[in-house]
Amino acid sequence: MKILVPLKRVADPDNANKIKIAPDGAKIDTTGLEWKPNPFDEYAVEAALRLTENGATPKVRGGEVVVVTFGPKEADTTLRQMLATGADRAVRVDTTDDALDGSLVARALKALVEREKPDLVLMGKQAVDGDSNQVGQILAELLGWPMATFAATLQEEAGALLVGREVDGGVITLRVKLPAVVTVDLRIVAPTSVYSLATARTHKYADGVRFSALPAIMAAKKKPLIEVPLAELSPDTSLRIAYSKFEPPPVRKAGVKVPDVAVLVDKLVNEAKVL
Amino acid sequence: MRDPLPLDQLSAIEGLLSEEERLVRDSVRRFVRERYLPRAAALFAKEEFPTDLVPEIAEMGLLGAHLTGYGCAGMNAVAYGLALQELEYGDSGLRSFCSVQGSLAMWPIWKYGSAEQKERWLPGMQRGELIGCFGLTEPDSGSDPGSMKTRAKKDGDGWVLDGAKMWITNSPLAHLAVVWAKTGDGGAESIRGFVVERGTPGFETPRMEGKMSLRASTTGEIVLAGCRVPDANLLPGAQGLAGPLGCLSQARFGISFGALGAAKACYDTVVSYTRERVQFGVPIAKKQLVQAQIVEMASEIAKGEIMALHFGRLKDAGKLTAPQISLCKRNNVGVALRVARASRALLGANGILLDYPVVRHMLNLESVYTYEGTDEVHQLLLGRALTGLDAF
Repeated sequence: MKILVPLKRVADPDNANKIKIAPDGAKIDTTGLEWKPNPFDEYAVEAALRLTENGATPKVRGGEVVVVTFGPKEADTTLRQMLATGADRAVRVDTTDDALDGSLVARALKALVEREKPDLVLMGKQAVDGDSNQVGQILAELLGWPMATFAATLQEEAGALLVGREVDGGVITLRVKLPAVVTVDLRIVAPTSVYSLATARTHKYADGVRFSALPAIMAAKKKPLIEVPLAELSPDTSLRIAYSKFEPPPVRKAGVKVPDVAVLVDKLVNEAKVL
Repeated sequence: MRDPLPLDQLSAIEGLLSEEERLVRDSVRRFVRERYLPRAAALFAKEEFPTDLVPEIAEMGLLGAHLTGYGCAGMNAVAYGLALQELEYGDSGLRSFCSVQGSLAMWPIWKYGSAEQKERWLPGMQRGELIGCFGLTEPDSGSDPGSMKTRAKKDGDGWVLDGAKMWITNSPLAHLAVVWAKTGDGGAESIRGFVVERGTPGFETPRMEGKMSLRASTTGEIVLAGCRVPDANLLPGAQGLAGPLGCLSQARFGISFGALGAAKACYDTVVSYTRERVQFGVPIAKKQLVQAQIVEMASEIAKGEIMALHFGRLKDAGKLTAPQISLCKRNNVGVALRVARASRALLGANGILLDYPVVRHMLNLESVYTYEGTDEVHQLLLGRALTGLDAF
């Protein structure tokens, strides 16, 4: 199976308080930010690797995993990191971070899909910076492909995927014919979430995303990473979303300590008016 | 309260590292924090090396990562140093295991061994299937290795080894030992290296119990009593003290990076502890006496890190000298030990508990201060280089 995994780099979610907004509120100031791959996209890469191996010999790839990201030259690091965990090839669509929205990314991905002809596009359900949750859905619509979102489990069948989606009150299982677009949720990296046709059903993965071994990091620089100008994939680079203003969340006020329960109740009744 | 400035941003070496060096550091950092740190205190308490982790350590490519071929990663000195630093952020015992396997057991075979010897042992050692150790130190021969008593006598198409080695990291676990022995009764020039495999008659490795330092790393003796090895186990490329000292130079360079990992673990603990610990109505980090110590620690770690990186670049350029290795090992281990001791004190009574990493690192670093050339031996080496006069 050939799988295309689109990735987004995001400001390190563990250091979210470092994000600065330009004084005019027009955009987020990205200088000095520490970048990390969007966690849901990392999970998608892990799921793609599991779908293209037999579990027992994770270095042998029975298929191809191609990773793609959008951004400037520095975004190559995000791709290298994925090549070091086992992806075969990488494509960076050259653009700047603030010249993108979900629609443009999906339009460019459509052109890339037509060029690469993968059996599956596997991606995170959303990026943890903008939380838009759009690209997978728009891409499936543009391609006219079946789609499953928020996948928690994946099981390969001949020409199809059995996708478990966690919904309110249970799990709904869909059979999607390939080619398809699937977006993944965090439980996709649990030990028994993903099985390729070649993987024994008794196999259990280590929980989470696999480590990049040091020889693989050294070998990753020899794996192909190509650059494609955005306009080559989507001559129309206009945006459908106009961002009017960014502002940081209000600074939280310090709490107060109360001497006893009576004062607490009084404050809840008369100040907070919640009782 | 503002956020504390991370140490990494103070020394700002990030921008001086290649993409690959950063990926190596980040990958080992995640491995150590997820796979080792949750067990670190318990392993130390039980005086136990986690043999079950060896396949994962090997799978990460941490064994002999600075060597080329035979499945090794072929990393440069800086990337290797950063990996060791992350390992020692976990525990000096974990780092020692990897240093001994990579620099003291694999490196001499890789450097001094024949093509057949490399092919025979290195792939298995890289995969963690063969654990190695390094037998140089003896009960009566420490800082003066030239006085060793272990002898190898020619016997037909082999050699018979007699002697005892002590303070040997990994020896009770080892499948093979690189043993240094004199082949004549004269001086150090007759020293040769031999690979002795587990199972050879006359080869025993009793474990040394009761260490109060490096408790998560296994230490033992090597007892050689009429132990006969074939000619094929003699390392052809090493003659005299230069053989074992070449290995030590590799390991010492790694330690100069590694020890800072232990220092950083202590420093991180101190910053978060003193910002939360309230005495006299304020977090103790608001006290000038505490800040003075935090500033001192951060300054020394930052300087040590910048020096390690500089010397790492020199090593990759093939220009690193023995006095520079002594300077860096002695300085950075001294820094780490002082940081750990100060951290222990800053945590007060909590500092003696294994609930925090500081007392573990402090005790570990007492060994790191003494092994791989004691602090004093490095002073003598530097003193000799700087004055031209031998004060040994």
